[in-house]
Amino acid sequence: MSTNNDIKSLSRRDFLRYTSVAGGAFVLGTILPGVSPVWAASETDDSSNTLNLFVSIDNNGTVNIVCHRSEMGQGVRTGIPQIVAEELCADWTKVNVVQGLGDEAYGSQNTDGSRSIRRFYTTMREMGATARTMLEQAAAQKWNVPVSDVFADNGMIVHKPSGKTLGFGELAKAASAQHVPQVKTLTFKSPKDFKLIGKPVTSVDLPNVLTGDTVFGQDVQLEDMLYATIERCPVVGCTVKAYDKDAPLKVANVVEVIEMPKQHFPVLFKNLNGVAVLANNTWSALQGRQALNMQWDLGENQRHDSAAYLADLEKRIVTKGKSIRSAGDAYTAFDSANNTLSATYTVPYLVHAPMEPPAATAVFKNGQCEVWACTQTPQSTQQNVAGALGIDKSMVKVNVTLLGGGFGRKSKPDFSVEAAILAQKTGKPVKVVWSREDDIRHGYYHAISAQHFQAGLDDSGKVTSWVQRTAFPSISWTFTGTTDEPQTGELSLGFGDLPFAIENLSCEVHKAPAHVRIGWIRSVSNIQHGFAIGSFVDEVATKAGISTSDMWLNLIGEDRIVDPKTQGFQYENYGESYDNFPIETKRLKNVLNMLLAKSGANNSTSENEGWGISVHRSFVSYVAVATKVKVENDKVTVLEMHSVIDAGRVVNPDRVKSQQEGAMIFGLSIALMGEITIKEGAIEQSNYHDYTVLRMHQSPKIVTHIVESDAAPGGVGEPGVPPVAASVTNAIYHASGKRIRALPINKHYSV
Amino acid sequence: MIRFNLNSKPVEIDVDPNMPLLWALRDILGMTGTKFGCGMAQCGACTVHLDGQPIRSCVMPLSAIADKEVSTIEGLSASAEHPVQQAWLEHNVPQCGYCQSGQIMSAVALLNEHPDPDDETIDSYMQGNICRCGTYPRIKAAIKTAAKNKQSAFDYSLGKEVGGQA
Ligand code: FES
Ligand code: FES
Repeated sequence: MSTNNDIKSLSRRDFLRYTSVAGGAFVLGTILPGVSPVWAASETDDSSNTLNLFVSIDNNGTVNIVCHRSEMGQGVRTGIPQIVAEELCADWTKVNVVQGLGDEAYGSQNTDGSRSIRRFYTTMREMGATARTMLEQAAAQKWNVPVSDVFADNGMIVHKPSGKTLGFGELAKAASAQHVPQVKTLTFKSPKDFKLIGKPVTSVDLPNVLTGDTVFGQDVQLEDMLYATIERCPVVGCTVKAYDKDAPLKVANVVEVIEMPKQHFPVLFKNLNGVAVLANNTWSALQGRQALNMQWDLGENQRHDSAAYLADLEKRIVTKGKSIRSAGDAYTAFDSANNTLSATYTVPYLVHAPMEPPAATAVFKNGQCEVWACTQTPQSTQQNVAGALGIDKSMVKVNVTLLGGGFGRKSKPDFSVEAAILAQKTGKPVKVVWSREDDIRHGYYHAISAQHFQAGLDDSGKVTSWVQRTAFPSISWTFTGTTDEPQTGELSLGFGDLPFAIENLSCEVHKAPAHVRIGWIRSVSNIQHGFAIGSFVDEVATKAGISTSDMWLNLIGEDRIVDPKTQGFQYENYGESYDNFPIETKRLKNVLNMLLAKSGANNSTSENEGWGISVHRSFVSYVAVATKVKVENDKVTVLEMHSVIDAGRVVNPDRVKSQQEGAMIFGLSIALMGEITIKEGAIEQSNYHDYTVLRMHQSPKIVTHIVESDAAPGGVGEPGVPPVAASVTNAIYHASGKRIRALPINKHYSV
Repeated sequence: MIRFNLNSKPVEIDVDPNMPLLWALRDILGMTGTKFGCGMAQCGACTVHLDGQPIRSCVMPLSAIADKEVSTIEGLSASAEHPVQQAWLEHNVPQCGYCQSGQIMSAVALLNEHPDPDDETIDSYMQGNICRCGTYPRIKAAIKTAAKNKQSAFDYSLGKEVGGQA
């Protein structure tokens, strides 16, 4: 346990400030560690020393636990309270989850990077144990018995000798007057006594989902609200030349046409240039928008063509790049190798396409702005809205709704900024509704990329030289407008942290300027790096005439801790300390071995069928994936997928399982069909018919295995994705002999 | 003025008859359980029943539903006791939940038509409903559970147990 001694007893008013909900008789607050992830580089420094996690107990026994993170299907609104309630010995049926407002007092609220549980596990246990101890003290005082004679159980304090009980509610007031115990004096439950942690507790929001009684960002409705839809510039950086302001106003129920403030590079989270049409309902706004007859000055980026751009990357990536990590002399070793091979892999632009397109509602009154949004980053929303309106961020209140999927899209607050600007201009509540077309065409795209690998083998089949290169436009460009090569933070995602024991190694980057908004999508640069490494290991294994799993085990080498810093790479390790979360080859090999045992991926298959495997560490968790496919009549059918995840201690195994299932399907979408293309600077796709995502008939049988572990909790939402694509293309190779190096697969086969 | 029955109650609205039912439900009637995902019959998030048949409300103009019976997720059963909802609960199906109203409405229609569907029937019936979170394996399992539990007399389209209370 940490040495956090800052748990404090508080007033109801404090609770109100951070949650909009009145607190109970007994309120505790504490500090959560703040952290800024690399892939949100421009965010503010979130570190803060104010209290930020809350538990409050009402006189009626209800335990309110604040969840300061955003729910987007990963189960965080269940997982965080599960941990607190466990140590508190609360009655789970009396736990009420309160969504925290956007406030820097919470420390980082950025719900990305698969960090929610990993970051707060210890602090939340301390919080629960503190509250439990104070309730025990209060009961002992009331009964006038020694504290050692009482214990907490299921929402009550029990007097051991007599068996009499007092409910938490009856003790709430007295507990608040107790002295707050030092963390080092707290006692914690032994994991074997856990009743909630490690158990498949049902999601707290589930009953409402089943009856449609949920409020997502798209569902917010305020009195007198206007519905806005915005025609945005098709090319990033282009500006409005002319439009017909009157035509939309002739559409019934359209009330205003407003040009958005003109913005320049860097794109940041600012609004895109364009024109908003506001109406009394969404449909009328969409009708009005069609009458705008927009004329644009397209600007520089109209020359961007994704096919030509990728061809250029592929041409340059085979040449030597800038080294970011090296050992020995990879080139000399390559030249003197017995056997060599090289390959180039590419991944196109991708977009998140969460089921719920972005939406935000804002009200501006008396110099203050209140926002309701499906945001992964309420504080960034607060800050960017304040910046756009020219007001202090203390004047911006951000309410987090449920998120209809996020995958990284909803950590960009551009849509809230739009709503706030329109609310300020109209003086009315405004909901900005993004259509699916808006979502596909105006995203923050996963970068298009090329990777080149070459390996030299000696006559025993041992790899003696390894060169890997990557090139893709950087997320940092979104914030700087000038960055033109991959940055350390992105290279820390499955590239510079290569866990192989190879004497002669060179990891290199090439330049790649950006022409669209670049963002982070579920597992970020691990997508292209996991695909390339996982594919190349399979190719090297084939060359050496051994199984892919044996090649993995050879390359990973003996049990050890890999420290990329010793080879010159300033590895960022997902913002975690290297002592607590090192790269452990033993865990990597363990998930692989377990996968082989569970899936039978090394067994022979029927004709035209094949298994493919891959393994990858990301977000400080370890995942191995095996996929079985059938290739027949130029069609790929994915038959089954197995995955093994080692994410340290698991709080809610059912939600980890569902995240793994989701990650397999997300990864399959990327591998089989994910592709955004750009012509004359504009996105060519527009909706689910041409930006296809996996549907039920393409979804295979999925089996998930979770490694039982006492290690500190790692990430869960993202680590399942990176090994998927390589496992599929490797399986296709083993089924058909055809190697796919350019994603998506549907460019080569029907799927 | 357009009149129709919404979850067995008559409603009347005075809007452009070209407006798709989805927007009338959400913006005019405040029934936001039916979700917007694509607006062009690609994703199924907006699925409701029209006279017992599943339709995509985002492409169904109000003019086409006059005097008909529309059922939405809110009408299925207020406390989630419908067998499909129960099966969803048992399998802990939803992740973000956004697609689930549409999935449930499609599943109810599927089971009405095919009380004991095999994998292929489920796949082909449900492939119009996207779940970006990837809950397909659980949806499939829940549909099978609902089919199994359904032996009792249950009118799926209306969510009313015959002889019991709504
Ligand atoms: S919103 Fe109607 S099918 Fe997608
Ligand atoms: S549960 Fe999120 S889209 Fe289906």
